[in-house]
Amino acid sequence: MLKTNKKGHLILETEATVPYELASGPSWHRFFEGFKEEKIYGVKCPKCKRVLVPARSFCSLCFEDTDEWVQVADEGEVKGWSLTNYHFFGMPTEPPFITALIRLDGADTDMDHLIGGFDLTDLDLVTKTLQMGARVKAVWKKEKKGCIMDIKHFKPV
Amino acid sequence: MAKYYDTLQHNVWLPYKFAVGPVYGRFYEGLQEEKIWGNKCPECGKVLVPPRSFCPDCHVDMDEWVEVSQEGEVRLWTLADYQFFGAPVDPPFIGALIRLDKTDCDLLHIIGGLDLSDLEAVKNKIKRGIRVKAVWNEEKQGHMLDLKYFELV
Amino acid sequence: MGRPVAIIGVGQTMHGHRSDVTYPELIREAVEAVFEDTGVSPEDIDGVIYGSMPSMMEGVALNHFYFAEALRGVGKSFMRTETCGTTGISLAFTGYYQVASGYADLVLVVGSEKMHEGDPQATMATVAEPFYQRPFTAGAPGYYSMLSQQWMWRYNIPEEVCRDAAAKLSVDHHEDAKLNTYAHIKQSFTMDEVKHSPVIVYPIRLLDVCPTTDGVCATIFASEEMAKKLKNKPAWVKGIGFRGDTFFVGDKDRVWSESPIGAARQAYEMAGITNPLEELDMAEIYNPFTFVELLHMESFGFCEPGQASDLCLKGTFARGGKLPCAPSGGVLCTNPIGATALIRVAECALQVSGRAGGHQVEGAKLALASGLGGAQQFNGVMILGSEL
Repeated sequence: MLKTNKKGHLILETEATVPYELASGPSWHRFFEGFKEEKIYGVKCPKCKRVLVPARSFCSLCFEDTDEWVQVADEGEVKGWSLTNYHFFGMPTEPPFITALIRLDGADTDMDHLIGGFDLTDLDLVTKTLQMGARVKAVWKKEKKGCIMDIKHFKPV
Repeated sequence: MAKYYDTLQHNVWLPYKFAVGPVYGRFYEGLQEEKIWGNKCPECGKVLVPPRSFCPDCHVDMDEWVEVSQEGEVRLWTLADYQFFGAPVDPPFIGALIRLDKTDCDLLHIIGGLDLSDLEAVKNKIKRGIRVKAVWNEEKQGHMLDLKYFELV
Repeated sequence: MGRPVAIIGVGQTMHGHRSDVTYPELIREAVEAVFEDTGVSPEDIDGVIYGSMPSMMEGVALNHFYFAEALRGVGKSFMRTETCGTTGISLAFTGYYQVASGYADLVLVVGSEKMHEGDPQATMATVAEPFYQRPFTAGAPGYYSMLSQQWMWRYNIPEEVCRDAAAKLSVDHHEDAKLNTYAHIKQSFTMDEVKHSPVIVYPIRLLDVCPTTDGVCATIFASEEMAKKLKNKPAWVKGIGFRGDTFFVGDKDRVWSESPIGAARQAYEMAGITNPLEELDMAEIYNPFTFVELLHMESFGFCEPGQASDLCLKGTFARGGKLPCAPSGGVLCTNPIGATALIRVAECALQVSGRAGGHQVEGAKLALASGLGGAQQFNGVMILGSEL
């Protein structure tokens, strides 16, 4: 569609939709099967002994196959967070929302997820609640699909 | 037999806003008036359609506008008969390189207005060098497909 | 390291919202400018190296095909490289090695972006891991604001101190951009305006963030023999370094990360630099976010970890200070991503050859340029100097 923009210039508006179907493979598949039972699994590297969450098929540092599965807690410490307050195309959920890195108890890496379950429009409340060392726990959705959003968000405890 | 593992279905939808610029802008305007504009290089004299802002060989601005004939010769063609996601035209369709009269490059467009169900019949009809003529869409959107297709003369 | 290599010319577009021209026309603007700047004829170029963000950014896949003519690449050796935000440094490296190895004597190196034609955040969200991390991607600001929080916590830097230091960087860079003909944003702001600008992704606010820019940067890399024949004073490549890190966000500590540290260390070794704060005359750090620039100053060894905010507030990194950073206004004022890291290299080249015009740092002889890509995953550093 041809349109004229605010600067008086002619613009051709169009869109591209590209469909993808990504293979999960054994590791991701098993990780998400765990989600269906409200369990979070990590894998332990045979060399460096780190427990990697989310689970994956090889250790990123040692390059070893990781086939020792370890259940970790669905509760842990917030290692970093950011409050998104702007709109952008294709965003996961309406702003304001908080994305955070969470070190689940028993894991040696941080997992990316949302923090919610309290008033996010109050910036003071948010910064007070999410101080260094704050702990959060997973809030699971009733209906599970076997994907990362089976966890609705993590709530401060 | 391969083990079954889940797959993640995921579509990426992205919007675009291409700046048209004055040269292509004039071409699109022309389409809406059922005219085909090309432009001419002041150095080598080539007439290119669609028009460009600079000559790809001489690298100088092409600022002489030429209203180009709506008829020409088919240089190359192919019958596309497979579907892919987001294809702009539904198959089957014929993509062709058409040399409009008195121009110096081929225009990529569609040959239409004929029955495409029988490939042999199509091959018999569209011989190399056959002449075609522009057919316009009644509804204009300032788009390359305002030129609906080229039909055999 | 190979033969000595110099940058002997720079061409840039007027960076901004360039809906007045199509993308190939924008490329042509910078390419014609660099030929005019150097007096080199397109026929003398041995090769062209081009890069930008991935195809999805502007909806034309592998756009080096699209720009072959505008780049004067027809009939020439042609290479594409793209590494997200570090694209510009990768381009500079490729140009450098083509000449250093003896493969070419003159190469045209071009980076570009026309971000208003696509949706940058939606495109960049596709960098994220699709199974585990994509739903949480809040664009580039999302990750970097988390990193900024982690950095403040790690070194117990009081938030007010960081907030002031980041605001000072914003104020200084915006002021410097007004001296740069080609910069996108040329507007002054006060400390208060920065600190109270709308929250984008806490703690990052609107005036802590780079703009969305359309722009192209073209440079010419030359062998010693060619450089000495041409009219401009050469800017010699003295050191280069590049480091990648793991992919999963959350896997490793990115606050004190081997990616920027290793990249800088490698470049310093090559250039013979042991005390960057003393020996460098200026730096153009890839700084799309103010807080992250402070983190990189520490990672590049300008000061001890956790100390950058204090030094910044003392004026160390401002124009007239010990190590001016981003005298062009930096990424904070101009960010056509595919070109941005190459603009850092080009700005350093202009500075050490005394050709930076209105935003020249007096007496600059040794400069650092950096590029940053992914979620602090890739860092590249190039050192430019006025002497061979």
